[in-house]
Amino acid sequence: MSDVSLLVNGKRVGGAVEDRTLLVHFLRENLGLTGTHVGCDTSQCGACVVHVDGKAVKACTMLAVQTSGSTVVTIEGLADGADLHPIQAAFKEHHGLQCGFCTPGMIMTATDMINRHPEGLDEATVRAELEGNICRCTGYHNIVKAILAASKTMAKGAAKGKAKQAA
Amino acid sequence: MYAVNYHRAASVAEAAKLVKNGDAKLLSGGMTLIPAMKTRLAAPSDLVDLSRIKDLQGVKVSGKTVTIGAATTHFDVAKDEKLRKACPALAHLASLIGDPAVRHKGTIGGSIANNDPAADYPAALLALGATILTNKRDIPADKFFKGLFETALKEGEIVTAVSFTAPAKAAYEKFRNPASRYAIVGVFVAKGKDGVSVAVTGAGDDGVFRSKEIEAALAKSFDAASLNGVKVPAKTLMSDIHASADYRANLIAVMAKRAVAAANA
Repeated sequence: MSDVSLLVNGKRVGGAVEDRTLLVHFLRENLGLTGTHVGCDTSQCGACVVHVDGKAVKACTMLAVQTSGSTVVTIEGLADGADLHPIQAAFKEHHGLQCGFCTPGMIMTATDMINRHPEGLDEATVRAELEGNICRCTGYHNIVKAILAASKTMAKGAAKGKAKQAA
Repeated sequence: MYAVNYHRAASVAEAAKLVKNGDAKLLSGGMTLIPAMKTRLAAPSDLVDLSRIKDLQGVKVSGKTVTIGAATTHFDVAKDEKLRKACPALAHLASLIGDPAVRHKGTIGGSIANNDPAADYPAALLALGATILTNKRDIPADKFFKGLFETALKEGEIVTAVSFTAPAKAAYEKFRNPASRYAIVGVFVAKGKDGVSVAVTGAGDDGVFRSKEIEAALAKSFDAASLNGVKVPAKTLMSDIHASADYRANLIAVMAKRAVAAANA
């Protein structure tokens, strides 16, 4: 057992965990954050993607104890109260989900992708960057559409933010 | 996963001490070790986490000499501006490993210490004539990679960095398994002051190897056309559900051609 302390969705959490506990199980079972899913459990499907220290990682392939001292963001940490995050809103608008199982991972991967490409995204880049996320409803077409739309909305938001700062 | 004791090392010296505990294993990005522990293929008593050791991180380029810390992630190798100028082929190779989430965690030191027969980095380091630096000694790449998942590393020895001289020209071409993203065949070609070297991953029965046939053809002229008709023997190549040895032999020549064309572009 180890004592861990980390920031999850802005909240300090911690306690004693078995060293073999995977991050995804710590999030789901200890913290009740069941938005992060376990799909394949073999680091292929991406349903468990969360952000650790600002980077998308697969929570089924990391021990909780490895993240002690880190900042973790899960799907539950994206929305601002009742207001959906622009990527969540884009998935809703463009029907970027069917059964919804892969959606939390898709959205966390999309958030990371858009953050890393402030210059904007094209379809080929989005498809290449999504290779670690599997949708078994095969609804990729609308997922790609949603990510492209969100990338545009967020670029506009950032430009507005900069204009405000300059003013 | 069986129970395990986790330790986070603050320095290489501390890690070297901690790894003497029981049946301890070194943990870097964990992209192979943790899945192996989940399936109980690996069951270390202790894990010594190297990933937070600052000295093991980052890419340094000084003149033609490139040094990459062992705990540098594939993501950081792929995006490093200095490396993209000095040896773009290696940065490109790193961008082809796994998927974005895997590249955020997996490290160059972890990859070469594991020496998966289909891993990408071993081909690059062998073709570049790199040196693998450990906490004990410097090991040339051709003495380091010993076979399937086997290296020259001694019990408890820790890879700290890899170092090589940037080649005049280099490229890596990979024919990927679409599901696992591992190489069915990956070919790294490098042309430096000591001539041309060509290393192949994903195909050898005994792991990464240099292709003498392709090197001989390219030594005459570093041009894709000089590989026309060159045959790679299939005898020492793998046959598995993904590809037969003959298919791999043919792919090696095809990937080598593409790599030479990319290196000359």
